[in-house]
Amino acid sequence: MSDTTLGGIASRMPKFIRRADPAVLTAFACIVVLLLVGSLYSRSFLSPEYLLQQLKVASFLGVIATGMMLVILLGQIDLSVPWSVAAGAMMACAAAAYGPAGVALAIPFGIFCGVLIGIVNGIGVAYLRIPSMIITLATNAVAQGLMVVYTGGFSPQDSATGAMRYLATGFTIPGVPNAVIIWALIGAAMVFVLTRSGFGRAVYGIGNRERAAYLSGIDTRRVVMIAFAVSGGLSAFGGVLLAGYASKAAQSMGDAYLLPSIAAVVLGGTSILGGRGSYLGTVAGVILITLLQSILSVMQMPEAGRQIIYGVVIVAMLLLYGRAPASR
Amino acid sequence: MKDWRYWLAEQRGTLLALGIFIVMFVIYTSNHPAGFTANVVQTAANKGVLLAFVAMAQTLVVITSGIDLSVGMIFLLTNCLASWLVVGTPMQTTLGVIAVLVAGLLCGAINGAIVIYGRLQPIVATIATGAVYYGIGLLLRPFPGGSVNEDLADAMTGRLFDLVPASLVVLLAVVLLIWVPFSRSVLGRAAYAAGSSETAAYMSGVPIRRGKFAAYTLAGLLAAIGGLFLTFFTYTGEAAYASGNAYTLFSIAAVVLGGVSLFGGKGSAIGAIFGALAFRTIGDLLFVFDFDPLWQPLFQGVILLVAVSLGAFALFRVRNRLEWFL
Repeated sequence: MSDTTLGGIASRMPKFIRRADPAVLTAFACIVVLLLVGSLYSRSFLSPEYLLQQLKVASFLGVIATGMMLVILLGQIDLSVPWSVAAGAMMACAAAAYGPAGVALAIPFGIFCGVLIGIVNGIGVAYLRIPSMIITLATNAVAQGLMVVYTGGFSPQDSATGAMRYLATGFTIPGVPNAVIIWALIGAAMVFVLTRSGFGRAVYGIGNRERAAYLSGIDTRRVVMIAFAVSGGLSAFGGVLLAGYASKAAQSMGDAYLLPSIAAVVLGGTSILGGRGSYLGTVAGVILITLLQSILSVMQMPEAGRQIIYGVVIVAMLLLYGRAPASR
Repeated sequence: MKDWRYWLAEQRGTLLALGIFIVMFVIYTSNHPAGFTANVVQTAANKGVLLAFVAMAQTLVVITSGIDLSVGMIFLLTNCLASWLVVGTPMQTTLGVIAVLVAGLLCGAINGAIVIYGRLQPIVATIATGAVYYGIGLLLRPFPGGSVNEDLADAMTGRLFDLVPASLVVLLAVVLLIWVPFSRSVLGRAAYAAGSSETAAYMSGVPIRRGKFAAYTLAGLLAAIGGLFLTFFTYTGEAAYASGNAYTLFSIAAVVLGGVSLFGGKGSAIGAIFGALAFRTIGDLLFVFDFDPLWQPLFQGVILLVAVSLGAFALFRVRNRLEWFL
């Protein structure tokens, strides 16, 4: 859409800029603006320590948004993020209470629970053809119910294992937080899968037109199901990391991640209708959202103002480049 | 085919929801220690109408094959607003009620404008506007509190002639004054047609945009009526994130139970009302049978999951496998 309108100007620009998605460029431009605005507020905003701290906070959202992006590329959506995050965190902490074996298996068990939620979503969307926003809302409610029954309605007492804390807050390479390394690894794997594997091609194909993908011999239902399972697993892994960061799980810890994860993906230029988008955009979106949150908290904006600004920013960005084509 | 058969086929979902509700309610009252008394009915009605209004709001949008994930937040926002405005002399109270309803209309109109004229996906757009509405609600009521004109509140939640719950009478009035005229008007037909097949409706010169816009706007109004009633029941305003989310979720469950197709173009708000009442009664059954209240969220979640999975039975009727993929 905007490629054609910008065509005249763009043809005079260097090739790498011309090839880039305007949405991704906009997102990166917004990051620069936010950094400048932040530095006006506080001298320490541009210091390496502060930026590294922001990157660490961003990596939790980044892991969750990676799964969300995979699902959005299919033209679906995963609204079960809040309780997948919480379930992953709680189950990992719960496993830690069962002796040394439990401590060793805590992280895989947490991720496994998220994958289970994702598989239920996937079966519903791919095989039962239930609209994804409905089935994922329902599994979110079921996961919440299960966790409420398990915890008795309070935050669980079990605390995170040493390994979880190490992953979230430790340093393997001096100066680079482990959480950032994990995000980088997951991101690299995602880029590889999306651009170099048949699965990734199938994801883009299904996002564009599932019928056509099916007729081309892709087992579209299996691909959709795997994508939802991966999304559930990554949400739960994000929860595990968050539990390691806060050293325990909490009831509503996932609520704060649904809207930002969708926003990060969409602000990064991934089409909400599916089939179009790059991981670089999602990275930009995640950093953008994290910086926005950080600036709002530096400005001591209350929760109410943050919610309003979120909503307005997302609608505004979507209106800029996320619109559906005009019918006929 | 006879006329009544057409009517029956059209109302099948609604009648099924009515049946489910009656069965549930009979089980509920026959196991309730107080039995089928005016008090039990009044309590059940007061709890049920809140969800019924929100479910009606959701129905209007779902009929156009959209979805409104901000209904719960409009419900909260209007609750917070009402706890400021619906106080004082009868004159001030009336103005306050009008202001609350207008605020609801405005929220709905914003949703409609963004989805229809902004051409955004209803899911993302309404999640985002829902965040804005919740933020405004929180701004109005950072802490639970406020008050309401208690005479009006008691009248609305009490009984007429000591027999009929007033809330049910209001619900009936809303159905007769808003839903029936809308569904029979050109705009209402346009909303149905847009949900059924937007392209075909457009080709036939149906005013689909205005129809959809009217549906979103009226949905805001209905959610506001629900928010007003919440204030009448609780006497306070509270911006509770979990409660807004729960109402959005339950409204979808009620709509599905009420026989409204999530793909649009099929169903009626009356079905959704019975769906909402049935859903509430299912929750109450747990208390009658002495279940641990901790199990209630799980139970409601499972019912929602089963209800939305029932739609999958349509797959067995599909002859051509390509129809799996819309």
